Amino acid sequence: MQGFPIWPARAGAYAGTLDFLYICLLVLAFLTAGLVIFLLIFFAAKYRHGSNAMRGGPSVKTWRWEVGWTTASLLIFFGLAVWGASIYLKLYNPPPNALQIFVVGKQWMWKAQHPGGQREINELHVPAGQDVRLVLASQDVIHSFYVPALRIKQDAVPGRYETMWFRADKVGRYHLFCAEYCGTDHAHMGGWLTVMRPRDYGDWLRAAGGQQTLAAQGEQLFRRYGCSGCHEPGGTVRAPQLEGVFGSPVPLSDGSVVIADERYIRDSILNPKAQVAAGYQPVMPTFDGQISEDDLAKLVAYIESIGPNSGRGAR
Amino acid sequence: MHAPHRESYLSAGIGLRSWLLTTDHKRIALLYFASITFFFSIGGIAATLIRLELITPQGDLGSPDFYNRLFTMHGVIMVWFFLIPSIPTTMGNFVIPLMIGARDLAFPRLNLLSWYLYIAGGLITVTALLLGGVDTGWTFYEPYSTFYATGYVILTIFGIFVAGFSSILTGLNFIVTVHKLRGPGMTWYRLPVFVWSTYATSLILVLATPVLAMTLLMLLAERVLHVGIFSPQLGGDPLLFQHMFWFYSHPAVYIMILPSMGVISEIVPCFARKSLFGYEFVVWCSIAIAAIGFLVWGHHMFVAGQSLYASLAFSFLSYLVAVPSAIKVFNWTATLHEGWIRFDAPMLYAFGFIGLFTIGGLTGLFLAALPIDVHVTDTYFVVAHFHYIMVGGAVMGYFAGLHYWWPKITGRYYPEYWARFAAILAFFGFNLTFFPQFILGYLGMPRRYQSYPPEFQIWHVLSSAGASILAVGYALPLFYLLWSILKGNRAPANPWGATGLEWSTRSPPPPENFPATPTVVRGPYQYDRGKPCMQAGHV
Repeated sequence: MQGFPIWPARAGAYAGTLDFLYICLLVLAFLTAGLVIFLLIFFAAKYRHGSNAMRGGPSVKTWRWEVGWTTASLLIFFGLAVWGASIYLKLYNPPPNALQIFVVGKQWMWKAQHPGGQREINELHVPAGQDVRLVLASQDVIHSFYVPALRIKQDAVPGRYETMWFRADKVGRYHLFCAEYCGTDHAHMGGWLTVMRPRDYGDWLRAAGGQQTLAAQGEQLFRRYGCSGCHEPGGTVRAPQLEGVFGSPVPLSDGSVVIADERYIRDSILNPKAQVAAGYQPVMPTFDGQISEDDLAKLVAYIESIGPNSGRGAR
Repeated sequence: MHAPHRESYLSAGIGLRSWLLTTDHKRIALLYFASITFFFSIGGIAATLIRLELITPQGDLGSPDFYNRLFTMHGVIMVWFFLIPSIPTTMGNFVIPLMIGARDLAFPRLNLLSWYLYIAGGLITVTALLLGGVDTGWTFYEPYSTFYATGYVILTIFGIFVAGFSSILTGLNFIVTVHKLRGPGMTWYRLPVFVWSTYATSLILVLATPVLAMTLLMLLAERVLHVGIFSPQLGGDPLLFQHMFWFYSHPAVYIMILPSMGVISEIVPCFARKSLFGYEFVVWCSIAIAAIGFLVWGHHMFVAGQSLYASLAFSFLSYLVAVPSAIKVFNWTATLHEGWIRFDAPMLYAFGFIGLFTIGGLTGLFLAALPIDVHVTDTYFVVAHFHYIMVGGAVMGYFAGLHYWWPKITGRYYPEYWARFAAILAFFGFNLTFFPQFILGYLGMPRRYQSYPPEFQIWHVLSSAGASILAVGYALPLFYLLWSILKGNRAPANPWGATGLEWSTRSPPPPENFPATPTVVRGPYQYDRGKPCMQAGHV
C-alpha cells in the first residue's frame, strides 16, 4: 500500500479553481451536517424521556421557521448553481489558437494523432503552458477521456465528435483513464498524460517522427477517396469548393445556417444528404463505413488547414 | 381488550394454498417480505464479492468479465428487485389500509397479481444472471448493449420489463385506495405522512415506469431485430437512450427514498412523543420531490455531450429538488425539540437515517455543481453519494420500519438489545464502507474497475473492512427477527404509544383489520405532554 493520498495532483491552474469551489462546498457541507448532527445529539440528550428539561406547550408559528430555512436553502443553492455554471462556461468554450489533437477511443485503448502526424497509443504528450484542444471520437462504444489531475472529463461518443480543452502548467506524468464503462478491459483502458516543457515537447515531436503533417496526409486521402474530383475547381460535378469553408457559416438548402466545425465536416462525409449546402444537389454518396476514424481525422485536419484561419493546429 | 383466542390474519388459514391464493393485503405483504429478503441476499452476495475483489489493486477473483457480471448483477437485483419494491410492497401493503381505516386495498386481486409479476420478473432475471449473467452494467448504455454486450441481455431485460408491471399496478392500487377507501373522518390532512409519501411514490411508479418499459422494448427491438434507434451503427442516437433511461431512473431514486422518508416521519414523532413539526410542509415536500424529480434527469449527462443550455438548466433544477429534502431534515430535527425522546431500535435506525441522508443529500449539492460533476462523475464519489441515499437512506428506513411495525405484523416483540446493537453496527459499518469512497472519487478513481492504480488501495481496504461490519449489521436482524416469531414476547395492540389507526387494532390484526370501522377524530401524531392521543375515537 502506498500511504493515505487525500488530494489529487494538480496539473494546471484550472484544477486550483475547481478545488477552491470544492473546498468551499466541503466547508458548507461540514457546517450543515455538523449543525444537524449537533442538534440531533443535543435534543436527544436534553429531551430524553425522563429528563427534567423544561417543555413548553405545543409550538406555535412554525411557519416562520419553515419560511426561514426554505429561503436560506433556496438562496444558497441558487448561488452555488451560478458559481458552478460560471466555471463551467469557461470549461465549455475553448480558447482560439489551441493546439489541436485528434483522439480516438476504441475497446480498449486511446489513440492520439498530433497535427504533425505523430501518433501514440495510451499516452498523450502535451507542452506545458499551452492551450490544448482535443477532438474526441469513438470507434465502437461510449468511452470517457478522464485526467483527474486536470479535473476534466468528456465522453467520446460513437457517431459524433466531442471536444474538450485544457491547459497543463506543471510538468509531470498524470493518470489518463477511461471513465465510462466500455466492456472487458475497461479498467485497463488508459495510460498517461505527459506534460513537457515546450522545448522537450519539440524534441519529443521530432523523435516521435511523423513523416507528414496530419493535414498533408489528409490531402492525399482527399484525392484517394475521390473527394477532389468534385470539390476542386474543374470537377465533373458541381460541388461546393472547400477553401475557406472551415469555421465559417454555411447556408443549408432547408434555409438554416450551420457553422462548418469538425462535427459538420465529419457528418457531411458520412451522412452528406442530412445537411446539404444551399444551391447544390444532394448527389454526394455516403462514405459511412468506408473511412476509419483515423482517416476521418486526417480529412478534417486537411479541410481545416485550407480554411480561412489556416495555420490553426495544422502546422 | 380482545380475547387472545380471537382469530388473526396469520391464523385465518394454514397451508400453502391459503398463502399463494390470498387476497389479504397483510398476507401479500408477507409474501413480498420473503421474496424481497431473497433478492436482497443475492444482491448482497454480489456486493460482498465486489468488496473482496477490490481489496487488492490487481484482479484476484476471476476474470475482468466475471467482475463486470458481478457489478451488473448487484445493480440490477438491488435496484429493481429490492430497493424499488422494498418499502411500498411490504410495509406499504401492510399498513396503508390499516392507517386509513380500510378493509383492504382497492383491488386485492390485482395486488396478488402484482406479486406474481414481481416474482416472475425476478426469477427470469435471476435465471439469466445464474446462466452466465450480463456485462452491461445496470444502466444498459447504448450502443454497448446492442452490439458489444455478451451474455443474457435479452432475458435480463425481459425480467425487468415484467417486474415493471408489478410496479405500475402497485402504484395504481395505492392511488385508488388512498382516494377512495379512507375511513370516516380521515381527511387528507389527517393522513399519516407515510401514506402521503407512498402516494407520491405511487405517482412516480405509474408515470415513470412505462417510460422504462418503452426504453427496454426499444433496446430489445434493436438488439434482436436491428431496428436502428440508439446505435449510431444503425443510424440511431446513443444519447437518446440515456435521456429515456434517466427519465425513468432518476425519478426511480425518489421511488426508493420517499417511502423511507415516510417511515422516518412516523417514527420520529412516535419516539419523541411529540407532534411532527411542520406536518403540511413535510407532506407537500413529498409531492414537490415527486414533481421536480421528473425534471432533473439530465444531470446524469453533464459529460455525455448534451447541449450547454440543457446542462445549465438541469444543474439549476437539481439544486431546486434538493430544497424540499433539506426542509424535511430540518423538520425532523425540530420535532425532537421539547420531546420525551426514547431510544428504541426503530428510533436508532431513524437517527441513522437522518445523519446518513443528510450526508448523501449534501454531497448531491457537489454533484449538481457542473464543473465538480465533470471531475467526479463516473468515479467513486458518485458511488458513495448514491449509496448514502439508497443504502444509508432507503435501507436504513426499511429496517427502521421493519422494527417499528414488527410487533404489529407478527404480534411479537423482537429482542430489543440485539436490535439496537444491529442498528449501531450498521451505522458505523456503513460509514466506514462508503465515506472512504468520497475521497477515492475526488482522487479520480473511476467506477466499474476491477483493477486500479496501487495508490488507491488503502481506501479500498478500509471500505472493504467497513463492508464486513455492515454485512453483520444486515444479517443479524434476519436471525433475531425469525427467532422472535417463535419465541418473542407477545406484543399488545400499541406497544410504542403511537397514535395511528394501525395501533388501535390488535397485534397481529384480525383478517378484516378492524372489528368495526374506526372513526378518525384528529390528525396524526398528537401528544398531550408525551401521552398519545389516538386518531381513532368516538365523535
